[in-house]
Amino acid sequence: MHIIISNATDRPIYEQIYTQLKAQILSGALQPGQLLPSIRALAKDLRISVITTKRAYDELEKDGYLYTVAGKGCYVAQGNTQVLREQHLLQLEEHLQEALRLAPVCGLSTEEVIDLIRMLEKE
Amino acid sequence: MNAIELKQVTKHYPGFSLQEVSFSLPRGAILGLVGENGAGKSTLIRLLMGATKADGGSMTVLGIDNQSPDFAAVKEDIGIVLDEAYFPEVLNAKQVGKIMALTYRNWEQPLFEGYLKRFALPHDKLFKDYSRGMRMKLAIAVALSHKPKLLVLDEATSGLDPMVRDEILDIFNEFTREEDHSILLSSHIVSDLEKICDYIAFLHRGKLVLFEEKDRLLEEYAIVRVTAQQAEAMDPAAVVGRRYGPYGTEILARRSLLPDFVTPERTSLEEVILFLAKGEDAR
Repeated sequence: MHIIISNATDRPIYEQIYTQLKAQILSGALQPGQLLPSIRALAKDLRISVITTKRAYDELEKDGYLYTVAGKGCYVAQGNTQVLREQHLLQLEEHLQEALRLAPVCGLSTEEVIDLIRMLEKE
Repeated sequence: MNAIELKQVTKHYPGFSLQEVSFSLPRGAILGLVGENGAGKSTLIRLLMGATKADGGSMTVLGIDNQSPDFAAVKEDIGIVLDEAYFPEVLNAKQVGKIMALTYRNWEQPLFEGYLKRFALPHDKLFKDYSRGMRMKLAIAVALSHKPKLLVLDEATSGLDPMVRDEILDIFNEFTREEDHSILLSSHIVSDLEKICDYIAFLHRGKLVLFEEKDRLLEEYAIVRVTAQQAEAMDPAAVVGRRYGPYGTEILARRSLLPDFVTPERTSLEEVILFLAKGEDAR
């Protein structure tokens, strides 16, 4: 598990944690059932506020990415992640379809769109 | 449960009053008390420790009213560090440890020796020959070695070099890994507080201007730099404070109410607090 907190961006810290943990849960880097560090331990290791870390965990729990066992800790949610991955794939397809629809409007070929994606990835 | 609770605490001195200060610090959290010199930070800490009696209001520390007879026992659980370390000049660290072992019931000698080692404090050097950084570190080592649940520090990091300050902040960070460990820390070095605090309390001329989660504060407010015309066009509700310049206006604004034509700057806690203080003065 890795989390990079950037102070240079305008994005709130809790959101940075939320996004990064969510991405790692969806990609499978964090496995269902895996125990996550306690809110306090994570906050102290990242040298950030406990309240902020709790907010990130609360949001992740609310959206079904993790669950809390009282007295034990927070775990990556089971099963649900498969569904979520499907949902994201669906969203991805929609966005790509939209991109392909706009490409001819701008006079771009599919190859040029792929080049554009590669370029954006490098940025 | 709250580590510290203040209700309408008032104290009058000739020429200065602490006016109806109320806030609570939840257990396990770090509170940074900010304010200019003479804002009332030290007065507040003295009142909290029962060193001075308030003219009004009530306070509890670790759940016990600080005017009750039980408060003497609570003091065992409080580690306190004042801006001037107070050990007799002719003692060395080893002797300070011996005295403290007789003072505090919970004194843990190995813990103390561990901190001396970690802080690279010599055992046999006399206190009068200590540098300011060493004095502060010794005071902090003593405060931590009787296993307190609450640390209270008045300007403990001021006058120290950045390396030592960072080392001390690390210790505080570690201390609050325990869920029932809390810290109240006063400072006028806002950047230190920005690094470790969960909550910020801002005292200004004896009044509590602000008590807020630190990260919320940074999320809520932002500095924007605009032209005079743009400043006019902004929703007055969005503007918290402003500073006029010959070529433009700096505004501390509520992010949620910002118009589209401005981009908020990256804003530090210090800037937010300075603007809020000026806003108070203008009132």
